[in-house]
Amino acid sequence: MDIPSSFTEIKQQINHGQLNLIDLCQSFINRIESSKTNAFVEIFKDESLKRAALINEKINLKKQGLLAGMIIGVKDNICFANHNVTASSKILSGFESIFSATAIQRLLDEDAIIIGRLNCDEFAMGSSNENSTYGPVRHHIDHEKVPGGSSGGSAVAVAEGLCTASLGSDTGGSIRQPASFCGVVGMKPSYGRISRYGLLAYASSFDQIGVFTNNVEDACLLTHVMSGKDDYDSTLSHVKSHTSSVKSLDKKLAIGVPEDYLNFNNLDPEIKQKTEEIIDKLRLSGHKINLLSFPFVKHLVPCYYVLTTAEASSNLARYDGAHYGYRSDEANDIDSTYELTRSEGFGLEVKRRIMLGNFVLSSGYYDAYFTKAQKVRRLIKEKTDEMLKENDVLLFPTTPSTAFNIGEINDPIKMYLQDIFTVHANIAGVPAISLPLGSHSNKLPFGIQLMGRSFDEDSLYSIAESLMQL
Amino acid sequence: MELEKVLEKYEPVIGIEIHAQLKTKSKAYCGDLNEYGHVPNSLTSAISLGHPGTLPKFNTAVLDHAIRLGLACNCNITKEMHFDRKNYFYADLPKGYQITQDKTPVCRQGEVLIRLKDGQEKTIELTRIHMEEDSGKSTHDLDPLHTLIDLNRAGVPLLEIVTEPVIKSSEEAYQYVTEIRKLLRYLDICDGNMEEGSMRCDVNVSIMPKGSNKFGQRVEIKNLNSIRNVQRSIDFEIIRHANLLDNGQKVGVETRTFDAPSGSTNAMRKKEAAHDYRYFPEPDLNPILIEEKHLEKIRSEMPPLPNELYKLFTSSYKLSSYDTLVLLEQKEIALYFMAILDHTKNFKSAANWVMVNIKSYLNQQAIPIDDFQIPPKFIAELIQLIDDNKISHSLASQKVFPNMLENPKLSPNDIAEKNNWISQSNKDDLSEIIEKILSDNPNETQRFKEGEKKLTGFFMGQIMKATKGTANPKLAAQVLHKIIQSHP
Repeated sequence: MDIPSSFTEIKQQINHGQLNLIDLCQSFINRIESSKTNAFVEIFKDESLKRAALINEKINLKKQGLLAGMIIGVKDNICFANHNVTASSKILSGFESIFSATAIQRLLDEDAIIIGRLNCDEFAMGSSNENSTYGPVRHHIDHEKVPGGSSGGSAVAVAEGLCTASLGSDTGGSIRQPASFCGVVGMKPSYGRISRYGLLAYASSFDQIGVFTNNVEDACLLTHVMSGKDDYDSTLSHVKSHTSSVKSLDKKLAIGVPEDYLNFNNLDPEIKQKTEEIIDKLRLSGHKINLLSFPFVKHLVPCYYVLTTAEASSNLARYDGAHYGYRSDEANDIDSTYELTRSEGFGLEVKRRIMLGNFVLSSGYYDAYFTKAQKVRRLIKEKTDEMLKENDVLLFPTTPSTAFNIGEINDPIKMYLQDIFTVHANIAGVPAISLPLGSHSNKLPFGIQLMGRSFDEDSLYSIAESLMQL
Repeated sequence: MELEKVLEKYEPVIGIEIHAQLKTKSKAYCGDLNEYGHVPNSLTSAISLGHPGTLPKFNTAVLDHAIRLGLACNCNITKEMHFDRKNYFYADLPKGYQITQDKTPVCRQGEVLIRLKDGQEKTIELTRIHMEEDSGKSTHDLDPLHTLIDLNRAGVPLLEIVTEPVIKSSEEAYQYVTEIRKLLRYLDICDGNMEEGSMRCDVNVSIMPKGSNKFGQRVEIKNLNSIRNVQRSIDFEIIRHANLLDNGQKVGVETRTFDAPSGSTNAMRKKEAAHDYRYFPEPDLNPILIEEKHLEKIRSEMPPLPNELYKLFTSSYKLSSYDTLVLLEQKEIALYFMAILDHTKNFKSAANWVMVNIKSYLNQQAIPIDDFQIPPKFIAELIQLIDDNKISHSLASQKVFPNMLENPKLSPNDIAEKNNWISQSNKDDLSEIIEKILSDNPNETQRFKEGEKKLTGFFMGQIMKATKGTANPKLAAQVLHKIIQSHP
């Protein structure tokens, strides 16, 4: 079966009575089963097909929800009741969640079908999806390349056409960076837009659930459905959801371009060139381009890694072998249960971040690292708000390069610098989207990033759509 | 060495941390029931089990309770605060951290007034009161091979109440903990049951040579399940420290546990390196802002507190300090007493009825006053009957009150009338009866008039006989003498 690439098309076919959801679902399952990218770690085969039959009937009765026909893959760090969730970690091997994340429940309530669980970096820590107990995810165009991370499985799944959309989580670029590498739309909404209840926490004040799609319209509909007040997440803004479909842009914009990003040393020249071409086109179509100075570029990654590892060291303390998940066979008392379980259960990168986090929180170092990083975060937020006051949106590349080879980057610092353009949005809590606008001479795609005002996803989506049409 | 001898040489310095489990419907950060005594692990959910992906949600009833206690102790209520995480590993702490308040406790400073046995008053200064969650409960002695964990308690709201190191004796400590428990109960925010652990006490003790201002090495004592044991453990520690110091030894840096049967403390764990709890602001909960309006609302709804009642009872009701303290010991008894006062102004008599007759009945039956059936109004009525000379006090306590206990729905007036116990206390009635007795017994009357005092008994007997025992003896004697004197 020829599967439509976007939900917009699927909906049209459903409305014309041309699409049977069981066939659609089965086709996706066939593709997943023959895929070599290692994106899916589990297919919810029987239940997807059963649900497809059920939703078919709803469609016949014209009682279907907003997402009838939407087949979604979910990153393995979002809870779905009575399904395994492991964050690609050995320490949660065999763990089944007893509840569904608010985001998942809202998708199900609108008749989406969750087709399976997607590979990712362990506890969403990584930029290459190489840190997974299930093995690395491979880039769909070149299997020797990484898809980016941490939501690498989610990016590849959509890029390879294994599902219509996927959920990921973005703490420092974990949606936008792989979206850029894989050539799909990757959206991270404002912090506090979508409930984090049911998202396995990495860094609580940065984490946000978002989506991978093949167009802006689908992303908009999905984040619309998942957004809004939730009694289970008190950091959630009570602001209502944004609109369900993209409004067309009806004005000329002020677009800010932080020059410091374009002048970043390791930015691939082709990516820089493409970004400048887009800027020129925007200028030609009447938008105002403001070149900005953003003096905090070199502080972004350090600030991000101090604060996120601190939160992570605490968030991951619950994985101790005492209550659920993996427990070392050698453990014979409380201390060995902790030591052996955590030594054997966590991967190298997770351990590194836990240790780093414990260090920056420990007495004697707290003020020098944690307190200082919080101050830097506040400065970055203030500067970002200031830039977004005068500009409708900020535009810059999503990643400094295209996808690199599996095993190529071994130095953690170099890996952390992969996030140089993406952590900004998480530090400031603003929404950002990566659009698949670039095509490199090396045949790999890359993305252009738009960063908008907090809780103004409406404008961000409008601008993104117009940019896609440019 | 004897405690008295030690105290001649050394000065104890004591600080107390009290953990009070709050009476709320649900836990501090999730909707699980907050109740004691359920089947282990039955009051749990994904959130209190610390499952991956769960988030806390603050129960604002906890904040209101904290404010109540803060206002009662004259604390400064913090207007802008946040929660912090205290990180440590233990099997009954499912998240691997406790949500607590480190930098911004809900209440700062404050004071608690205590009264010592010799009648002296002393103010114990508080450092802080903060909100946090309880851990689960580990049981090590039920199963030979395993530690059993009950997470029903995990997430139960706690207030931690911390004093300055200003307590100078075990008696002050005893009175302070008693006073805090009284406050918690009057505010109805904690049941103060130390045996069930709903109120727990950690005591820090050190001693220093008299006159010194440099504190000695302090030791923390845990596992104190009664107020009496707080006092005993402190006395034990003071003597232990003195013995160590007098022998040229040092007091170890350690936590000790109190063994009630032997009255001694034993080292629990050496605190070689201070635990680094790596506190940081809890990112899953928003900061809290308290508005003045909200404070005012709580302030206006505060129940009467023991110290206010103490002033009222001693100055307005003119009760003795002793009586007042007895009445205030238990909130419910104090409230019962005050309910009697809605119907009578004879404060002293009402206090006596509560302290003597009612309390001894409650003790005898081993029931709380909440199970006492006689409405306060009837006690007031009983007092009125006595004051009106309709029944004697002895008749009231020996006959009417026991009858009221049997028939709590009957008023004492009805009971007395039904049993013909209402005395002929009317002077005119009595005069008439006495006149008749005198004229029926002219011989005795004549002798009595001439001064034969022992005949008083004969005439009183006749009066009681005629009135079937209901005559008020005092009044009857008065009337008798008056009539005899004026008798022709």
